[in-house]
Amino acid sequence: MSLFDLRLQEIHNKLSAKELSVTDLVSEAYGRIAKTEDQVKAYLTLDEERARAHAKLLDEQLMTDAPRGLLFGLPAGIKDNIVTEGLRTTCASQFLSNYDPIYDATVVQKLKKAQSVTLGKLNMDEFAMGGSNENSSFYPTRNPWNLEYVPGGSSGGSAAAVAAGEAYFTLGSDTGGSIRQPASYCGVVGLKPTYGLVSRFGLVAFASSLDQIGPITKNVEDSAYVLQAIAGYDNMDSTSANVEIPDYISALNGDIKGLRIGVPKEYLGQGIDPKVKESVLAALKVLESLGATWDEVSLPHTDYAVATYYLLASSEASSNLARFDGVRYGVRAENPDNLIDMYVKSRSQGFGDEVKRRIMLGTYALSSGYYDAYYLKAQKVRTLIKQDFDQVFANYDVIIGPTAPTTAFPIGSQVDDPLTMYLNDIVTIPVSLAGVPAISVPCGLADGLPVGLQIIGKAFDEATVLRVAHAYEQNTEHHKLRPQL
Amino acid sequence: MSITVKDVEHVAKLARLALSDAEKEQFTGQLNAILKYAEKLNELNTDEVEPTTHVLQIRNVMREDETRPSLPIEKVLRNAPDEEDDQIRVPAVLE
Repeated sequence: MSLFDLRLQEIHNKLSAKELSVTDLVSEAYGRIAKTEDQVKAYLTLDEERARAHAKLLDEQLMTDAPRGLLFGLPAGIKDNIVTEGLRTTCASQFLSNYDPIYDATVVQKLKKAQSVTLGKLNMDEFAMGGSNENSSFYPTRNPWNLEYVPGGSSGGSAAAVAAGEAYFTLGSDTGGSIRQPASYCGVVGLKPTYGLVSRFGLVAFASSLDQIGPITKNVEDSAYVLQAIAGYDNMDSTSANVEIPDYISALNGDIKGLRIGVPKEYLGQGIDPKVKESVLAALKVLESLGATWDEVSLPHTDYAVATYYLLASSEASSNLARFDGVRYGVRAENPDNLIDMYVKSRSQGFGDEVKRRIMLGTYALSSGYYDAYYLKAQKVRTLIKQDFDQVFANYDVIIGPTAPTTAFPIGSQVDDPLTMYLNDIVTIPVSLAGVPAISVPCGLADGLPVGLQIIGKAFDEATVLRVAHAYEQNTEHHKLRPQL
Repeated sequence: MSITVKDVEHVAKLARLALSDAEKEQFTGQLNAILKYAEKLNELNTDEVEPTTHVLQIRNVMREDETRPSLPIEKVLRNAPDEEDDQIRVPAVLE
């Protein structure tokens, strides 16, 4: 048995038939971690003792008729910017290296209610700022397909853990593509839900108007199960959407006859690797063979999205990160001259380069005299980008393109060039600015590295996104490819 | 518009960051590159465009104005770097 090989539904059948115990599942996961983690470095903190105790409790429940949670017994990893009571949460920052949360994030409460088992906390770019995982202040995670390459970011640990078989599923967070891009680089399935569908309560805020938690899984069906468990209104999050949650699992019926697909010409144009483009066009052929039709469409403001995003995300980050002052939690600098000096020293010692860079950019963009030129201007362009999507969705059910312009790149190759690194997110960022849902599913390999297909839907239409992704997956073999570790 | 080391020093002060001379140089160059790139937004006429304030158009999210239990003191202090008598200690603000 391997976590690689079974779908959630198959595991549940085996648990019911007593062919498998939750302890077996958890042992399998930690066994795999023991074998591959030295190479992959996906985790920051493991929680083995509590996970095993939890498994034992669930095994006792297996002996009774008690109803079982949707994710019963499944071993999961959680990105380290989602707080977990009594389990260190660091955001991969030295600033929070000693932080012991006093409550569980809403998504963690929901996973517990669904009876999943938490294995540990996953590596990331510091405060979710980065596209490669090289900005972790502890160590970089490596891509399981090629250990010299990045896994993507900022949920690189979450994607690499699933790809390496070190977790059954994981949670990541996506601000400008941080679930989809690492899922693409690591050959797994990553879903960014509609903004507001999943509670952000307990997610350490980076850019509050964009951040969204979502699942990373091996296949689309499992993604639907995890989303089902974590979606829903939360009165602890004032941006939470009070909408009815559909049955995502029964939406996976394979039927996409008559589906109308828009393919933005901007997503297959300049800057997109020809091999990535080839994989996407091949995927469109598969969808056509299932009865869908596609047309070239235009999202004319795509070219402005990256600039818009970095102004808005950095502005929000500079504000959100003001709370890290060394007073109530985190690491406080020693021997300050006075209170202000304590703030300054604690922040300067605690934050890494990328975090400082974005705080500086955001503080500048929000400062007196520049607010209108940068922040307000970007919010107006955001409206234009959102309108691009509204116009295409008036005539099409989904928008399809690549998840990233290229496959994963070698570790260290872009660290001195933040702007180039930012451009890796050129096809995920517009979706985040518009707030709509999107999934990345594997659609082939280019030079031995995974390529991701991005399927974008209307706001709160995750059911269609998942249905299309599932229909594609059921008619291809790409999601079954595994890295050799 | 291009920013100077002096601008970087001013922004760092606002952001409560102390930067080394090397960091100041590095950030000046990088921020200029990013801001120069951001100037492409000026190609667009946005005079008639409303800014996006919330992507979902949610407004006035309020809860009832009712008192609720506060966090227990031991939880509040659990992560405090320095505490004394159930309070968080910081350097003196007044002489």
